[in-house]
Amino acid sequence: MKIHEYQGKAILKKYGVAVPRGEMAETREQAQAAAKNLFDAGASGVVVKAQIHAGGRGKGGGVKIAKSVEEAADLAGKMLGMRLVTHQTGPEGKIVQRLLIEETLPIEKELYLGILLDRAEAKPVFMASAAGGMEIEQVAAENPDAILKQHIDPGMGLEPFQARKIAFALGLKPQQINPAVQFLTGLYRAFLETDASLLEINPFITCTDGRLFALDAKLNFDDNALFRHPDIRALRDITEEDPLEVEASKYNLNYIKLDGNVGCMVNGAGLAMATMDIIKYAGGMPANFLDVGGGANAEQVTHAFEILLSDKNVKAVLINIFGGILRVDTLATGVVEAAQKTHIQLPIVLRLEGTNVEAGREILKQSGLNFIVAETMKDAAEKVVAAAK
Amino acid sequence: MAILVDKSTRVVVQGLTGREGTFHAKTCAEYGTKIVGGVTPGKGGTKHEGWPIFNSVQEAVDKTGADASVIFVPPPYAADAIMEAADAEIELIVCITEGIPTLDMVRAWEFLQDRRSRLIGPNCPGIISPGKCKIGIMPGHIHREGPVGIVSRSGTLTYEAVYQLTTREVGQSTAIGIGGDPIIGTNFVDALELFNKDPQTEVVVMIGEIGGNAEEIAADYVKAHMKKPVVGFIAGQTAPPGRRMGHAGAIISGGKGTAAEKIKAMEAAGIRVAKTPATIGETALAAMGVKV
Repeated sequence: MKIHEYQGKAILKKYGVAVPRGEMAETREQAQAAAKNLFDAGASGVVVKAQIHAGGRGKGGGVKIAKSVEEAADLAGKMLGMRLVTHQTGPEGKIVQRLLIEETLPIEKELYLGILLDRAEAKPVFMASAAGGMEIEQVAAENPDAILKQHIDPGMGLEPFQARKIAFALGLKPQQINPAVQFLTGLYRAFLETDASLLEINPFITCTDGRLFALDAKLNFDDNALFRHPDIRALRDITEEDPLEVEASKYNLNYIKLDGNVGCMVNGAGLAMATMDIIKYAGGMPANFLDVGGGANAEQVTHAFEILLSDKNVKAVLINIFGGILRVDTLATGVVEAAQKTHIQLPIVLRLEGTNVEAGREILKQSGLNFIVAETMKDAAEKVVAAAK
Repeated sequence: MAILVDKSTRVVVQGLTGREGTFHAKTCAEYGTKIVGGVTPGKGGTKHEGWPIFNSVQEAVDKTGADASVIFVPPPYAADAIMEAADAEIELIVCITEGIPTLDMVRAWEFLQDRRSRLIGPNCPGIISPGKCKIGIMPGHIHREGPVGIVSRSGTLTYEAVYQLTTREVGQSTAIGIGGDPIIGTNFVDALELFNKDPQTEVVVMIGEIGGNAEEIAADYVKAHMKKPVVGFIAGQTAPPGRRMGHAGAIISGGKGTAAEKIKAMEAAGIRVAKTPATIGETALAAMGVKV
């Protein structure tokens, strides 16, 4: 799960990580009031930052500096409701609904800090680089030696000597080392205690007066651990997500919308990806990834079907089920119910194998609906691509 | 021969009294697997479907001589169940549970490092040596005993590969689903090493997917050590970057972990990679020198 920068900074603050003073605003008036508070408190300028779940906001015009309360209000007025397009939003961009109004700081250096999971080592790894402001992937590609990696023993946590190693590697001054150790320790605790999957501070800044701040904050959380973090789950902003994906998540369906016109419903993530691949191989384009899971019931299949069909680009549907735990007759019952309920007109190609496949085929036959039955995955892909044309 | 499990394997089921545990324990027993009991803390001393229930894995091991365990415990408690089984020195732990928090698995993985247990999974279908033993949720009847070893990150895609082989009258030595999570116990290299030494296995099918670099590491191993032909398939050639494709581990992040990179590494190591999931079976047959 992703959250906004202002929410991430609020979490970090609880762990003693220094963040600039600031407030979230949803209207021009709130932005004006926030700016006034900051100027009254001695800020020399404020920055108006669009809050969307994507990076690259600065280049897209979603981060602007104001020197007065009026200027901040004007910028906020223009930014709210604007369609912000960055390299991470896709060409359709995202509508800006919230802003973070924050004090500006006298930046000396921009550095990078990140914590994520190293899968091969099965340990969290702290990544640090003096090349802040740049995307870490770009640094990794162009100058991998510029990134310091510090693995963390899960039983021990981040030890002070490890934090010092990172701080010195970033070229911090002697008097900044102890505050940096506190800063880094706070970040690691936040990562651990919130079950984050990624914590990125880019840039982590040093100020001309020596202070250290998280100027940006990106936190992603492990969906599997949200059950023990109701406070974090509450931060979910569904307006940032695809409406069909939100709907699918209500029924525990894994659905991801794509750009093609062949809808597909599959059981199992690997088989679902492989089905998308074979559709492309047959000359078509998948409209979605949809994994109904191993233990789907007829009701879930009905919901899956409705979600699939509410994508208006879909011209034909491929259902590819290898019944193991999910019995083929259960699936067939769900498909027939859904097809009757939704009065579907689109061609549906079915490829069913596995447990109770005979009973499943019989249910489809008895339904009187016009399904196209395929024998193999290749056969199914070719039939559905032809039907979508 | 086959690897890891055979007719003598004695299995305890952690979470036997739950719905999933009950259903799959029965299908495993029907397949011929020796299920010797279950563990459900607080229900020790009772019986469930005729099997004795114990309060702890240690007690189950002491009283039944179990040497393998299969875990159907819900995600919040599953990492703990893995550690409990390892503490009781269970040789093979198969964790079916999907949805375990990653940081729980970080701890469990660390715990396993200086213990003698091998973990398969989590978030996997389990392991089957056709005709001998099935520990997991795969449909047993599609399998057939034979010379092909299978190792895969995906459940249903494994069934697909097995089915393509069985319908061509080619059986399997052992099929292992290693799981779709970012942190797993047994990886591709572990399975390849075992298949390399197994006299029954003549060819290995390796099914990967986007995310991480386990396939690249396995390709290096194949190039350096593998004495048997390996065929492969990678799912997710059309997957968009940055999106988690069902499995927690199936994500292209920072431009890394793409299908194209993996296929390239595998082909460079001499692995025959099937172009589509429909040709995994025939690619394996071709590698064995069977005319298709």
